[in-house]
Amino acid sequence: MTRKQALWAALFCGALALIVLGVLNGGARDVLAKAIKICSECIGLG
Amino acid sequence: MAERGKRPMTRRLIQLYSALLYNAHLKGFAEGQIYTGPLKNVCVPGLNCYSCPGAVGACPLGSLQNAVAASADRPAFYVVGLLLLFGLLLGRVICGFLCPFGLLQELLHKIPTRKVKKSPLTRKLSWAKYGILLVFALAIPAWFALRKLPLPGFCKFICPAGTLEGAVMLLLHPANDTLRAMTGGLFWWKFSLMLLILTACVFVFRAFCRFLCPLGALYSLLSRLALLGVKVDGERCVDCGACLRVCPMDIRSVGDRECVHCGTCIDVCPTRAISFRAGKIVLRGPELGKGRERL
Repeated sequence: MTRKQALWAALFCGALALIVLGVLNGGARDVLAKAIKICSECIGLG
Repeated sequence: MAERGKRPMTRRLIQLYSALLYNAHLKGFAEGQIYTGPLKNVCVPGLNCYSCPGAVGACPLGSLQNAVAASADRPAFYVVGLLLLFGLLLGRVICGFLCPFGLLQELLHKIPTRKVKKSPLTRKLSWAKYGILLVFALAIPAWFALRKLPLPGFCKFICPAGTLEGAVMLLLHPANDTLRAMTGGLFWWKFSLMLLILTACVFVFRAFCRFLCPLGALYSLLSRLALLGVKVDGERCVDCGACLRVCPMDIRSVGDRECVHCGTCIDVCPTRAISFRAGKIVLRGPELGKGRERL
């Protein structure tokens, strides 16, 4: 395994761990809560 | 020529399919309402406003800014993890194949006019997107988060995708009188900026993508590590520069931070050193031969 492949694998595992942690800490729920409402500020209306 | 003509067509179809897939809630356009189902838990990889009536997923950049804005209460693990995953698997292939706003920019560039070619100036301007990422997508939301004020700086002041897909699409619907009553100075600023950016795209290839897009800037940081993309076989490459001359982006080498992996360079390489790969698997390139090329 080259250094690049090892770095890729470590970052990939890190990404999966962050996603799992994010789901557990409510991050995914926050994304949903924001995305299902029209964000007037986001689209420049407020 | 038939071979060269086939490739952009395939990429264009993938771009079209992904734009449709991101915005598959077609009922939303008819009703002037956005989709509110569980798919919006997940970010799509490309820039696509979640306030677009058709959007079925969340915008990764909007989600990142909101996650940073809420980071005083909850670390932004989820969105950062998703962005890292997209970047590691696809990198800037997302910009070249899976971004609806990228598709729009490329279509606008097809309008026959005199074009502005890449130059040392455009190369310098390509660094601006990193400044926009730092200031508008990270620093402003983080600064206001300390004051408990959520402020997605890029979405609020710049994002042309949000103005076009979110604001304009919603405002055009007759049922949205309340939203129309909310238009003010900020909307007209964003609307003017959107018109300016879209006009620029007619003359400059992917002007927004090259100079302003913070999402492209973010993915470019992982360009060299991404699993999917165009790769150069160093043993075959003779440094003739044919790939750099044909590329409309501000690249210094194939697959670098500015490369969107469109694959235009594959056909012009005289030594067939360039291929489109997913890890070690060649998806398109010299090893497959003309008859088996898929992308």
